[in-house]
Amino acid sequence: MAVLNQLFIGASMGAVLLLIALGLTFTFGQMGVINMAHGEFLLVGAYTAYLLQNVVLALPVAFAVAGALGLVLERLLIRRFYGRPLDTLLLTFGVSLILQQLARDIFGAPNVGVTAPAWLTGGIGGFPYSRIFILVLALACVAAISLYLTRMKQGRRMRAVMQNRQLAAVSGVATERVDQLTFLIGSGLAGVAGVALTLIGPVGPSLGTYYIVDAFLIVVAGGLGQLRGAVIAAFVLGVLNSFVEFWTDASLAKVVVFAVIVAFLQLRPQGLFVLRSRALT
Amino acid sequence: MSRGLRGSLVAVGLVAALTTTGCVGSAPSEAGASGDTIKVGVLHSLSGTMAISEVTVRDAELLAIEEINAKGGVLGKKLEPVVEDGASDWPTFAEKAQKLISQDKVATVFGGWTSASRKAMLPVFERNKALLWYPVQYEGLESSPYIFYTGATTNQQIVPGLDYLKEQGKKSVFLVGSDYVFPRTANKIIKAYAAANGMEIVGEEYTPLGHTEYSTVVNKLQQAKPDAVFNTLNGDSNVAFFKSLRGAGITAETMPTVSVSVAEEEVAGIGPDNIAGHLVAWNYYQTTTGATNDAFVAAFKATYGANKVTSDPMEAGYNAVKLWAAAAEKAGTVEVEPVKAAAKGIALDLPEGTVTIDGENQHVFKTARIGLVQPDGQIKEVWSSGAPIKPDPYLKGYDWAAGLS
Repeated sequence: MAVLNQLFIGASMGAVLLLIALGLTFTFGQMGVINMAHGEFLLVGAYTAYLLQNVVLALPVAFAVAGALGLVLERLLIRRFYGRPLDTLLLTFGVSLILQQLARDIFGAPNVGVTAPAWLTGGIGGFPYSRIFILVLALACVAAISLYLTRMKQGRRMRAVMQNRQLAAVSGVATERVDQLTFLIGSGLAGVAGVALTLIGPVGPSLGTYYIVDAFLIVVAGGLGQLRGAVIAAFVLGVLNSFVEFWTDASLAKVVVFAVIVAFLQLRPQGLFVLRSRALT
Repeated sequence: MSRGLRGSLVAVGLVAALTTTGCVGSAPSEAGASGDTIKVGVLHSLSGTMAISEVTVRDAELLAIEEINAKGGVLGKKLEPVVEDGASDWPTFAEKAQKLISQDKVATVFGGWTSASRKAMLPVFERNKALLWYPVQYEGLESSPYIFYTGATTNQQIVPGLDYLKEQGKKSVFLVGSDYVFPRTANKIIKAYAAANGMEIVGEEYTPLGHTEYSTVVNKLQQAKPDAVFNTLNGDSNVAFFKSLRGAGITAETMPTVSVSVAEEEVAGIGPDNIAGHLVAWNYYQTTTGATNDAFVAAFKATYGANKVTSDPMEAGYNAVKLWAAAAEKAGTVEVEPVKAAAKGIALDLPEGTVTIDGENQHVFKTARIGLVQPDGQIKEVWSSGAPIKPDPYLKGYDWAAGLS
């Protein structure tokens, strides 16, 4: 029973990791923007849920709000820094600090409460409904993204730009429009993840800082821009973390997970999956 | 024209330099008391992860300063707060403390929350022979001659919490804490207490500060089935912990928790639904009865908003300002050594009741109170020590604690 519980906990940790990393597979994975402000898009989603006090309604609203904010950020700042990854790192880190302090000034420094709907409190057989909801939400997001990338015109264009920007441009793809859309979707997904996080964790100005490192870990371990890689990395690391923590403790589990990732990246610096492209980069 | 302008600028500069020197000359060593005001430092984290707790303590301290000023100030002079941000970063606390002492020449500093920030500031205050008032419950085993401790030490919070569990017939306890100095020291004390009182510690778990994933800890709790959980988690982690507990269907009836770092402020962030029925151990609640507390709560709400709550660390910060002011009045000066001497034995009527400064260790006498979290987010007192308990930071008066420290 304990082991079965732990397996479920691992899967639900994986779902949380996957949700927070999904948006980053777009902004970092597809566009190469080291987006340190990704955590603050989670924050935007979480505060949207707080303002609405309705988790389900907050999902689409948070997608829109965080997506719009991401679009503004891309238009105003980030597009001026394309191809300069270290500068974007500093830029987005600055943006994240500003957004955190803004949250503190608007909503106050203490945590705020988000009331979970009645049907999400409690659980079945020791599995909390909120965790099951997050698991389903993460899988639904993955399904939606993969449909978008493979079946829809815009998604295929996005992949084309990522694989070979010049070739996509000469073939008539408006790469700048594609960049805007990619950033909007990436930020919007972070907003959705932020709403989900209100079910299980604190909602305060520092929320983003707790998850940003994990999000980068998943994207790097899974391979840049690889949805499949991110899904596998998230669930493997979630289950690994949960069992190591069960047998030892939380601090050691973090150490082990990091060590495993470091060792793995030594063997496969490109991550689980690698994008094969004929681009001359 | 340009030469004339430059000439007058130089003249202004010279005059300014002369007057400044004159000022310094006329008030040789009266720290913080030059001019018509007395400067006092307020040093808390206003940004970063600890801002969540410390901002409200700053608010309470500023309220106390305002109240004192409204009644004419200290020694006929108004207090002028100099607020600095420790930014949740321990070296910054030391740096800002030094700045307040040497640059602003404040008479005293009210500040700190985490033990790490206090430990960082301690050498600064001792080196400069300056005064710090530290307003938060902590792990004890410290007594600096340049710090006054207005929060509880272990024998005024943790030990009464354990006494209460024992009284309730709880035989097995599981310890959950954040991985840093306060929970580890507190748990050492708890284990010594348990060994001497026939209680069994069935588990001990530490998680990093800021940890937000408690499913595994909760699973371990379900396996160990303790009678009670002693919770020394700090900050945001409490939110995730209580949401996980409730998600797993653990209620206060089956497995009550006693928390020592969850007050009214944190209850609001956790969500009252998620923690109602669980226990906390403090020395003050917003619901504590008495006219002084009614006035404090009313004044706080009037200043900062009707939806604000008051909590133990806020009250201890408020008390620190009031106690310092009383000591300065009694000493007739704001100089550090006379104020320290005058502070010993001072007793004031404060929101938690009568608070007396212990001359021996510069802690204060405090009444221990066990509270039950209500569904409306308030905390109801269910047990109290009756009279204020004498502070004993080294637990010298407890035989079972002989092997500690």
